[in-house]
Amino acid sequence: MAAPKFEIPTLKEVSEVPRVQEGAMAHVQSFVAAAPIQQAIGFPGELVENWEQKAIEKMGDLLGKYRSFKVYLDACVHCGACTDKCHYFLGTGDPNNMPVARQELVRKVYRRHFTFAGKYFPKLVGAVDLTKDVLDKWYTYYNQCSECRRCSVFCPYGIDTAEITMAAKEILDSIGYGQKYTNEIVGKVQRIGNNLGLPGPALEDTLEGLEEDIEADTGVKVRLPLDQKGAEVLLVTPSADFFSEPHVESLIGYAKVFHAAGVSWTLSSHASEAGNFGLFIGNYETMRNIALRIREAALELGVKRIIVGECGHAWRVAYSFWNTLAGIGAGANDPFAVELQQQLDPRYPAPQHICEFTYDLLKRGVIKVDKSANDHRVITYHDSCNVARASRMGDMPGGQFVIPREVIKMVANNFQDMEADTIHESTFCCGGGGGLLTDDLMELRVKGALPRMEALKRVVDGQQVNFMATICAICKAQFSKVLPYYGFDMGMVGGVHQLVSTAIQLEQKE
Amino acid sequence: MSTLTILFACMFYAATAIMVLGLGYKIYDYARTPAPLKIPTTPAPTTTTGVAFRLFREVVFFESLFKATKWTWIFGYVFHGALALVLLRHVRYFQEPIWTIVALVQPFGLYAAFGMVIGLGGLWARRFLVDRVRYISTLSDHLMLALLLAIGLSGMGMKFVAHTDIVSVKNFMQGLMTFNIQPMPEDPILLVHLTLVACLMTIFPISKLLHIPGLFFSPSRNQADNPREHRYVSAWAAKLEQK
Repeated sequence: MAAPKFEIPTLKEVSEVPRVQEGAMAHVQSFVAAAPIQQAIGFPGELVENWEQKAIEKMGDLLGKYRSFKVYLDACVHCGACTDKCHYFLGTGDPNNMPVARQELVRKVYRRHFTFAGKYFPKLVGAVDLTKDVLDKWYTYYNQCSECRRCSVFCPYGIDTAEITMAAKEILDSIGYGQKYTNEIVGKVQRIGNNLGLPGPALEDTLEGLEEDIEADTGVKVRLPLDQKGAEVLLVTPSADFFSEPHVESLIGYAKVFHAAGVSWTLSSHASEAGNFGLFIGNYETMRNIALRIREAALELGVKRIIVGECGHAWRVAYSFWNTLAGIGAGANDPFAVELQQQLDPRYPAPQHICEFTYDLLKRGVIKVDKSANDHRVITYHDSCNVARASRMGDMPGGQFVIPREVIKMVANNFQDMEADTIHESTFCCGGGGGLLTDDLMELRVKGALPRMEALKRVVDGQQVNFMATICAICKAQFSKVLPYYGFDMGMVGGVHQLVSTAIQLEQKE
Repeated sequence: MSTLTILFACMFYAATAIMVLGLGYKIYDYARTPAPLKIPTTPAPTTTTGVAFRLFREVVFFESLFKATKWTWIFGYVFHGALALVLLRHVRYFQEPIWTIVALVQPFGLYAAFGMVIGLGGLWARRFLVDRVRYISTLSDHLMLALLLAIGLSGMGMKFVAHTDIVSVKNFMQGLMTFNIQPMPEDPILLVHLTLVACLMTIFPISKLLHIPGLFFSPSRNQADNPREHRYVSAWAAKLEQK
């Protein structure tokens, strides 16, 4: 860990809401995408000449396409309910990181150009023209929002800042002012099939290596099949699972679960990525193109079920949007979607989360575990924002909180929840979601993790917690990097299926 | 007929027309704008009935605000609840005979005026005392509170300080409704009260009062959580599939 060039917040016994410190994060600007990155995904390479006019046109276009954007720009009353809810505000005190103020950056321009009051009485309602200064502020602060939706839980009108952020990023992209990190990844997944840019042969090698590792470790031949036609299940997982730590431990966990349950499965080199960064930039077509790869792989491989690995926003897109975007789901009557939906086994939800799959097997006793194998761990669970507030598992609302915790409790003896106002729908983002998991935003990531770190510290000190499980690739990567800044061990974070992997009892299969 | 009467009659017709047409247009505009993706804030109800119940809780109890901040909830709730009673109490000016509920609410509606003022006072105080809320407050936020407070205080003035001729007020209002204009009582407090109300009606469709229709059209609140069970594609998104 290099010496930080910024002050690391101290963890307090009782979390406090900071005083407003104007401009505290104005200097933190994510790298701007260079022309080749922009052009590769269909955006202008650099700021277009008539950017102001183009941006307003794009805003008008989005206002006609997205009810959320239109209603949310009108409905805010500045009540302040959201002002102390964003982890980035809590960690930095920068008022533009208060959800309402972040929204206002766009709302002020919306008022100026699209409302009666803003056109004729701009001062009265705080309407402004879109100057270069305002545009730069958009870039800075919409790249300081992780689209975690925590504000939307508390807003009396359900205003979701993520929707505004996505629209703002969409506008910025459309005039050639995109973010390097996210747009580079969007390009990779479209070109190669995953966010890491890992080509098929390299993936095959990696999987073979993992098979050898598992056999060396357990003495059992557990397979990690790739592109296997006729498999029952297509597993789509974040590409970080293929070789990042601790992600890979969960991948090994999924493989062991499939092995123990005797369910045939496969990964796909064409769709070797569950993550969909199209969500982060709010671009429907990009998101759709990425989702279509999963559809194509499922049709090509002829699978009956599609299961998604541990990834937060991936699960949001899979659960909430795949049916819409790519006809992966049920209840379709159009030929496009019916084609795939007839192929899938209607007895299982499509898509299904790996935790739903494992939970069912554990409950039915299909797979056997030795809980004491996890006795060296006292485990807590970090609800990932997109799973918690933008998706579901199981049949009932809130299943996304119950099922992962139940899986943990079925494979381990020691479980402790963090404080009630920091979990479930009130969970804090890890600080790295929404396309912010990049080193050029390290200060933001460290400071944004503060609320979670404080909640964690209290269970570490009080209940001797030494492991924080989570089901998101971004959370895992972010915490691995940020935990040491707060004096924790980076190995404290891991996946739910890492715990399953530790406890599962395997038998040699033919 | 006095000039004043004609002026007020015109003012109310205009204010009503602006409010009804403006709000009608906004609702039409919200309704025609597609919501292409399922984005309920979860955990969310899985059925339409559940969604209706969620919206009911938001409207009647301010559920989300209650989770967010108790002070704002208390003042906001007192203000809105009192306003509802006061409005109900005012229905008597527009009907003859009056509904039983309107008759029953009269004494409560009267004291609710105090609730309204207290609630507004608390909400306004937050705009000065809480640094975060101070930062986000615009001139129009302050003016909106001033307007509502002035309406409340002028109304109370006519009840508790200098009585106005409410029989004539009722005649005037009913005259307006039947396009048979009756004389407007020339009581200064009343004139102030009604002018401010007409202002409020006029700015309704162009101000943050749009939070009222906004809540019902908020996709994070009004969508059922059933994306795996039902395919949901908006018209403009469906066109992408035909390419």
